[in-house]
Amino acid sequence: MNTLERETSYQADERGYYGDFGGAFIPEMLYPNVEELRSQYIQIMEEPSFQEEFHQLLKDYVGRPTPLYYAERFSKKYGAKVYLKREDLCHTGAHKVNNTIGQILMAQRLGKTRIIAETGAGQHGVATATVCALMGLECIVYMGAIDIERQAPNVARMKMLGATVKPAESGSKTLKDATNEAIRDWINNPVDTHYIIGSVVGPHPYPDMVARFQAVISKETKAQLLEKEGRENPDYVVACVGGGSNAAGLYYHYLDQPEVGIIAVEAAGKGIDSGESAATSALGREGIIHGSKTLLMQTDDGQITEPYSISAGLDYPGVGPMHAHLFRSGRGEFISVTDDAAMQAGLQLSKLEGIIPAIETSHALAIFETRKFKEDDVVVINLSGRGDKDLNTYIEYFGL
Amino acid sequence: MNRINQKLSEDKKMLSLYFTAGYPAINDTVSILTQLQESGVDMVEIGLPFSDPLADGPTIQESSTAALKNGMTTQLLFDQLKDIRNTIHIPLIVMGYFNPMLQYGVEKFCAQCQEVGIDGIIMPDLPLAEYEAEYKAIFENYGLINIFLITPQTTDDRIKQIDAASDGFIYMVSSASTTGNISGFGNIQSDYFKRIAAMNLNNPQVVGFGIKDSETFIAATEYQKGAIIGSAFIKHITENGADSVADFVKTIRK
Repeated sequence: MNTLERETSYQADERGYYGDFGGAFIPEMLYPNVEELRSQYIQIMEEPSFQEEFHQLLKDYVGRPTPLYYAERFSKKYGAKVYLKREDLCHTGAHKVNNTIGQILMAQRLGKTRIIAETGAGQHGVATATVCALMGLECIVYMGAIDIERQAPNVARMKMLGATVKPAESGSKTLKDATNEAIRDWINNPVDTHYIIGSVVGPHPYPDMVARFQAVISKETKAQLLEKEGRENPDYVVACVGGGSNAAGLYYHYLDQPEVGIIAVEAAGKGIDSGESAATSALGREGIIHGSKTLLMQTDDGQITEPYSISAGLDYPGVGPMHAHLFRSGRGEFISVTDDAAMQAGLQLSKLEGIIPAIETSHALAIFETRKFKEDDVVVINLSGRGDKDLNTYIEYFGL
Repeated sequence: MNRINQKLSEDKKMLSLYFTAGYPAINDTVSILTQLQESGVDMVEIGLPFSDPLADGPTIQESSTAALKNGMTTQLLFDQLKDIRNTIHIPLIVMGYFNPMLQYGVEKFCAQCQEVGIDGIIMPDLPLAEYEAEYKAIFENYGLINIFLITPQTTDDRIKQIDAASDGFIYMVSSASTTGNISGFGNIQSDYFKRIAAMNLNNPQVVGFGIKDSETFIAATEYQKGAIIGSAFIKHITENGADSVADFVKTIRK
């Protein structure tokens, strides 16, 4: 089997590059771990027994395929045919579990007995703790000390699932620092530990591996759209982008279909120029974060800055290298949405369709206020997560 | 001959110290360097602070955060080092993370290093393959030695590859660890030190991570050419002040 085979031209090359972005900028202490993974991940993923177990778990445990739902009232309001890919109906409430199921099976085949992960709002931490409970593996989740305070219910969930939640007390005590701590843990435990990264970020092969696990989203979408519309390809696919894993999953099988428009929605926070934003494509410059060359929010002197968004899942100072490449090459259309616009869009979807979305997802929904489509455009939005975890934020914002 | 190679050719075990530029106070850089030289230290790594030092433990993380808060920048460090070669004659290495170097401009960074008299660079997150593909020619053009790391997990094949790419010394990380995170050396370390010594590499090796006192310095240099101390030195100046450098060095080389 050709391990360098690329399924689309927007995938990583053999050095892990997407155009100018990607690579593996890691200290030598991590080289054996990352190299072990890099040299084996494709082969392991392509083993029939792996595929069988992965898809069986996605079906019976995660609840896939998730529905592709035609949002009639939403469509009528905005004058386009809008479908929602219901990742919010996955077990644990978001698309994150597609990746953690894949990576826990990978870890088992690599003979690892100890799992570490980083988490921001806690969704990836919960998805990781869940699969560790499922497989009976030790689980340590690093979470910024500030996020632990802000996201108490998810901390409790992880603990119920048997995980140890370790606070990241360094730096700004949020997602990027939790990621640093997870990487430091991996440096200190190079033999028995697998690091389950939660997004399409980090050193090669992580962006590619995570995208392949999430690609099930667009694979299903193609089949479902064929059934509903008589064609596999929509006119547009829309997803919110923090690190970019749900977007990578929805775009994956459409990357090389030029007739499918790719729309990436970033968090503008309080506005692009407010100093409190997470819109990496607008504010970032080429740089290195967590082992990957990508677009990165940083000072002139190359120090990484702290992003802001009302949504804890979008406030990452970088973006996956595949998305940086989609931006620079012009293949993707990047739009940023403010906190306010996202919150209104979340409320609106709740009232129009009876679906309360995660605030991350609400960013993707908000573009319909400004980005106009044609009446007969078929638009698929990745409804990446449900809003239960965000109720407190919705309550505070709307005074419910 | 580069000052690093010259020092390595001397018939003695090398003591090298790391400190974070801009810490404890923004203008301590020259004073610390002067004291280190006067105390008989053989080589110094000047740490360029970074916001996200992922190979470092809490001590160097905290000194880096403090240095950045004090206002340290890449340009300011070069400004502070402008006349350093009038008084400092031991080899100097800049150690940091790759992103600040990338933002400053790799070529401009190297040119500045040469201008102020820096002899070598350690960038833990600039791996061998990237270095050779993109930056080797630039480093060499400005007479800079790039130092690579190996760890107890590095395979023999890769050690040989790194040895072939090196022209100075190999930085031997003593354990699978971030900096300042090791309580002492055991059999794993001494087996590793012996194993590497037996490989008869072209480049001498200098051990770092976990060296904190005279005992660990002696253990680290039994089979290797020298040793680097970072976290323990930073802890010392945090507790005893930036003018107490000689006191620390005396505890290492009694």
